[in-house]
Amino acid sequence: MKSDKLIRIAIRSIIRTKMRSILTMLGIIIGVGAVICMVAIGQGAQSRIEQSILNLGVNMVVITPGTSSSGGVSRGAGSLNRLQVADAEKLAEEGMLLSAVSPVTMTGGRIRGGGGNWHAPLYGVDVTYENIRDWPVATGQWFDQSDIRSARKVCLLGSTVASELFPDQDPVGQQIIVRDVPFDIIGVLESKGQTASGDNQDDCVIAPYTTVQKRLAGRQFIAQILGSAWSPEDVPAAMEEATTIMRESHSLADWEDDDFTVRNQSDLADAATGTTEVMTLLLAAIAGISLLVGGIGIMNIMLVSVTERTREIGVRMAVGARPGDILRQFLVESVVLSILGGVVGVALGYGGSWLVAYLTGWPTAIDTVAVGVALGFSATVGIFFGFWPARKAAGLDPIAALRYE
Amino acid sequence: MSKANAVITLRDLNKTYAMGRNQVHALRGIDLTITAGEMVAIMGASGSGKSTLMNIVGCLDRPTSGTYELDGERVDGLSRKQLADIRNNHIGFVFQSFNLLARTTAQENVELPLLYDRSDRKIDPVAAAREALERVGLGDRRDHQTNELSGGQQQRVAIARALVTAPSLLLADEPTGNLDTQTSMEVLALFQELNDRGLTIAMVTHENDIAAYARRIVELRDGLIIRDEPVADRRTAKRGLSSSVAV
Repeated sequence: MKSDKLIRIAIRSIIRTKMRSILTMLGIIIGVGAVICMVAIGQGAQSRIEQSILNLGVNMVVITPGTSSSGGVSRGAGSLNRLQVADAEKLAEEGMLLSAVSPVTMTGGRIRGGGGNWHAPLYGVDVTYENIRDWPVATGQWFDQSDIRSARKVCLLGSTVASELFPDQDPVGQQIIVRDVPFDIIGVLESKGQTASGDNQDDCVIAPYTTVQKRLAGRQFIAQILGSAWSPEDVPAAMEEATTIMRESHSLADWEDDDFTVRNQSDLADAATGTTEVMTLLLAAIAGISLLVGGIGIMNIMLVSVTERTREIGVRMAVGARPGDILRQFLVESVVLSILGGVVGVALGYGGSWLVAYLTGWPTAIDTVAVGVALGFSATVGIFFGFWPARKAAGLDPIAALRYE
Repeated sequence: MSKANAVITLRDLNKTYAMGRNQVHALRGIDLTITAGEMVAIMGASGSGKSTLMNIVGCLDRPTSGTYELDGERVDGLSRKQLADIRNNHIGFVFQSFNLLARTTAQENVELPLLYDRSDRKIDPVAAAREALERVGLGDRRDHQTNELSGGQQQRVAIARALVTAPSLLLADEPTGNLDTQTSMEVLALFQELNDRGLTIAMVTHENDIAAYARRIVELRDGLIIRDEPVADRRTAKRGLSSSVAV
C-alpha cells in the first residue's frame, strides 16, 4: 500500500479517538518537554556556574618572581626578582595559548582625595587586565592603549576606595593624590568582593603600569605577570608554554633552575570541569528516563488500543487488509503519535525554559541539538515501543477478531 | 448450470479442528457449486458447520483438505496475504452486527475496502463510495456518522461497503439478525434487487422465513449437506414494504 494512504488511515484513526490520542501523546509531550527544559535550564545553570568560577580566575596563569638561595638558605618567594615588562611583552607576542597578558606592578601608600585620606595598594596594569580578571567598570570607563603609551595619570578606583573617599558623590572626573602624584579618576570598578582567603579585592586603585613605573615605583622589575588561557582546559599547556618562553626570555641555560614561578588556580579549574561533567551526566539521565517512561506509556496505550480495536482490525482484514497493512498502520499510528507528541513537547519545552528564564533570570539557552535529538528519539521510541502492539494486531485471526466482544 | 459461470466450486471440502486431544470434524466432504446470479441461503443449526463453511468460502479460513475454486481459480492453500487480496477483490462481507467503524462517516466506511485495493483497477474511492451509497438509497446520508444512523441504515452502509469493490460474491452472515421485521424486509428487498441485477449472494441464516427470500436453500447438519433445493415459493420482500422506503 502506498505510504500516503497508510498515513491517511493512521491519521484518520488518531483523529477518531482524539481523547485517547492526546493521553497517549502526553507521556511523550512531557518527556520531550522535560528534556528540552532540563537541558536549557542545565545549560543556563552551567554557564552561570562557569561564569562565577571564571570570575574567580580559572583561566588565569600567574607568573611571579622566583626564589634565590644563598649558602643553602632560601630567601623566600620574590627574593630573586628578574620579572620585567619585556617578559610580559614577549609572552603576549609568542604565547599561542594565552588570550591576554598583563604586567602588574604594585605600590601603595596614602591616598588623598574628596577631602579625606585612605591607605590602599596601587596596581599598575595593562588594558588587558580588565579581561584577564573579568573586571569591568561600574561607572566611567577603562583606560585605553593611548593612556598606556603616554603614561597618563589616570586611574580606576576599587569600590571600597570609592566609597571611603567619595561617600556621597560620583568620583569620576575628580582627582586623587597618591604620594604627591595627582591622578584623574576615569572610572569606578564593579565590586568583586573578597578572595577565598579573605582579602578585600575592592580595596585598591588601578592605573596604567607605565604611569606607575615612571611616577611611583621607579623600578625596572615588576611584581607579577598575569596571563589568561583561552579556556580552563588550556591552562596546563599554557603554563608549560609560558615557562618555555620565560626561560628563553631570561636566557637560562638547561642546567639552570627557573628564576620565576608559574602558578594557576588548579583546584578551581578542577571544580569547573567536574561541575560540567556532573551536569551533563545528570541531564542525560533525566532525558533518558523521561523518554523511556514516555515510550512505555505509548506501548501501554497501543496495546490497550489493539485489544479495544480487535473488531475493527477484524473488519479491516475481512475487507482485504493484509497482515502487513495492519502492522504498518499501527506502527505509523504510534510513530505519528510520538512525533506529534515530540513537536508539542518541543513547544512546551520552549515555553517552560522561557518561563524559568523569566522567573529566575538565568540565561537558559535552547539547544537546537537537544531539540533534534529529542524529536529523533521520540520517533525511535514510537517505532520501538509501537512494534510489539503492531505485531500483535497483525497476528490476529480475522475470524476470532470479528467475533470478539 | 455450466461450469463456465460457476462463482464457487467446492469439491470434497473438509475442515478439522484440533480441540485439545480431540479432533472436531466441522466439515466432512462438502461438494457445492454456486453459479453467477444465484441467491443461496445456507441454513443449519448451530454446530452444523455453516459458519465454518462461510469462513472458508469467505477466504477467512483455509480447508484442511479438498479444493475450492473462486471465479475459476484455486484459492485453497493460499497464504494469509494472498487471501487478503482475494477478499478485497472478489468478496463483499455483510455481518449480523454491521461492523462499521465508529466515529466515522458513512462515506469513509464505504471507502475502507478501496484503501486496501492493490489491483490495477484504479477505482476512485470517493466516487465509487458515493455511487455505492446511492445504490443502497443512502446518497443523502454520506456525511453522517455511524452512530447517527438507524440499524437498518447502518446495515445498508455495510452493504454499500461490500459492493464498493464490485465483488463477484456477496457473503452475508445473519444479515437481519439484529434488525426488526420492517428493516429486515428493507434489507432483503435490497438483496433481491441487487440479485435481480446479477449479483451473486450467499446468505447464512437459521430462519426459514428469511431463507424463503432466496432462490436456493442449502442445509447443513454435522458437517454434511443434507438438503440442496431451489425455493419453491420464493417470497418478494418489496411487496411487504410501504412505498416510502427508498430501495
